[in-house]
Amino acid sequence: MAFLTLERVSKEFGTFTAVRDVDLTIEKGEFVSLLGPSGCGKTTTLQMIAGLLEPTHGRISLDGRDITREKPNRRGLGVVFQSYALFPHMTVAQNVAFGLEMRRVPQAERTERVREALSLVQLSSFADRYPRQLSGGQRQRVAIARALVIAPPVLLLDEPLSNLDAKLREEMQFELRRIQRKVGTTTIMVTHDQAEALSISDRVVVMENGKMTQVDAPYRLYEQPSNAFISSFVGKTNLLSGTWRGNGAQIGNVVLEASAPDIAPGAPITLSIRPEKILLRDAGSGRLDGRVLSRFFLGSQWLFTVETPVGTMTVSIPNQGNEPPTEGSPVSLDWSPANLRIMAGTATAA
Amino acid sequence: MISRSPTISIPWLLAGPGALFFAGLVLLPLALTLILSFHAYDHSTGIQNTFTLSHYIAVVTDDYYLEIFWRTLRIAALTTLLCAVIGVPEAYILSRMKDPWRSVFLLVIIGPLLVSVVVRTFGWSMLLGSQGLVNQALQLFGFPSVRILYTETAIVIALVHVMLPFMVIPVWTALQKLDPMVEAAAWTLGASHFTALRRVVMPQVTLGMLSGSLIVFGLSASAFAVPALLGGRRLKMAATLVYDEYLQELNWPLGATIAIIVLVANLCIMLAYNRMVEARARRTLG
Ligand SMILES: Nc1ncnc2c1ncn2[C@@H]1O[C@H](COP(=O)(O)OP(=O)(O)OP(=O)(O)O)[C@@H](O)[C@H]1O
Ligand SMILES: [Mg+2]
Repeated sequence: MAFLTLERVSKEFGTFTAVRDVDLTIEKGEFVSLLGPSGCGKTTTLQMIAGLLEPTHGRISLDGRDITREKPNRRGLGVVFQSYALFPHMTVAQNVAFGLEMRRVPQAERTERVREALSLVQLSSFADRYPRQLSGGQRQRVAIARALVIAPPVLLLDEPLSNLDAKLREEMQFELRRIQRKVGTTTIMVTHDQAEALSISDRVVVMENGKMTQVDAPYRLYEQPSNAFISSFVGKTNLLSGTWRGNGAQIGNVVLEASAPDIAPGAPITLSIRPEKILLRDAGSGRLDGRVLSRFFLGSQWLFTVETPVGTMTVSIPNQGNEPPTEGSPVSLDWSPANLRIMAGTATAA
Repeated sequence: MISRSPTISIPWLLAGPGALFFAGLVLLPLALTLILSFHAYDHSTGIQNTFTLSHYIAVVTDDYYLEIFWRTLRIAALTTLLCAVIGVPEAYILSRMKDPWRSVFLLVIIGPLLVSVVVRTFGWSMLLGSQGLVNQALQLFGFPSVRILYTETAIVIALVHVMLPFMVIPVWTALQKLDPMVEAAAWTLGASHFTALRRVVMPQVTLGMLSGSLIVFGLSASAFAVPALLGGRRLKMAATLVYDEYLQELNWPLGATIAIIVLVANLCIMLAYNRMVEARARRTLG
């Protein structure tokens, strides 16, 4: 049974609609990411779930109970705010203990749980500092500890890892995931980092301009994006505009073999192919001839830009230990036609 | 090498006019008052050219004066307390208002300061008098009329009225600096509206409240027009007492003595209070 549901939820600020008709069903124990560009309504959605903003239309229910108009202090959800919202006049330990105090947890247990939460976010030695004496990333971790310590049924995280360095971020992702698995906390995390969304979530919700445009498992989202915006926002891709010809896509004067069952011949389409799905071959032996414009060494892989008759394509190939083609040399691109994704409509540059 | 002397003299030149002004209008009269307070006084011949401590001894041993000092302290403290009790919630409500209303109510709050003290105080005496609006209303509902005018109550009411903006503005400023999400965070952690106010909002505006009380206390303790017009001839406060010694009794040295004692007492209380404020500020705000 659905644990948390949003039914046609909208939020208007005056005449501006920040969130429009959002329908979302989240199962108990699921880890869902809200992914989207800045200003698309992620924080607004999260705050409506938390009870800090009242939806203009729609219904939110939690565990079968309608909570649309319920006060935030009665919902018992753990929230990490985008601005952290730590209590500046309390120490780190007092900040973390606040929620337990409100729940009348006995002193001894409180101390123990605060200690645990702080060690989880690696801030044990900072317990007696005030928030102003911490760095941005440390404050962010206090905010995470403060939300985790109350062991809420639902965790709402608004870009909880945005200020951490790569290593710490990975550790925190792992911790969030571990806690979510162990305790079964339903987690909704806002992020605009697509790699984070893909790696950590059970499902990813993509938002654009206040609307939800795709809700899918990370793998499916990556492989079968529902529109050109998503395909370029989630991972890197090559987008080519053209016309559908029934058995292939015509880009300029070239027709590339592909399949797209629902599209009528003659319709404008956008073709997407991921850089890692393209193979580099000797000139003349592939599907599309071209010339290497530039190449970048990324350690585990090489990134090429190749000039072709249909436009400039980005290609990435794993580093196999031998020197790949140099800049200016003629090459040929090859791929499996199943990896070409055809979407109706013309691409808007993203 | 550039000569250093002009650069050194520039700050002095810049600060000079202000310093002269301050010395001439504040320090000099204060010094003269201090000297005057040590002059001997005789009822038939006036101020003598001999020096004495007798005025100070007379003031601190006379119950009449001590009672007035005590009343001044009591009224100023009560006014400060009431201003805090009324002003802090008022500032909170003000900070939560949307714009057209916020400007309107801000104007309402600072309104008393825009009206001449004499007009404002006479207004209160008309309202609070034995046949004033308040008593008429009481009689209308069958209550016996009460004596408010020429009591401490009247003085406190009028002082709170005019001092309120000095409490509301600093608290409101402190509230403006608060991240509204911090209060929201307290709610999500299970705090009720009231608990969030008490545990999260209030501690962060105490500094504004403390500095507001400092202003209110200082101004109330030295208020003159309000006690003079609403306290009547008998119910004196420190400032009206000084006025009477100078202009009714013509005993200037005694008046000067009282003025100096009030000044020193006021200074001591405010300095002690300020120390408390700063200690607190250092603890919570760094
Ligand atoms: N109180 C408000 N009044 C008017 N407009 C608002 C208000 N709060 C948010 N908005 C608008 O609603 C839209 C969505 O805001 P929201 O904070 O949800 O974005 P977001 O997706 O969280 O962006 P970011 O990734 O930058 O945090 C934005 O265009 C924003 O300007
Ligand atoms: Mg946001």
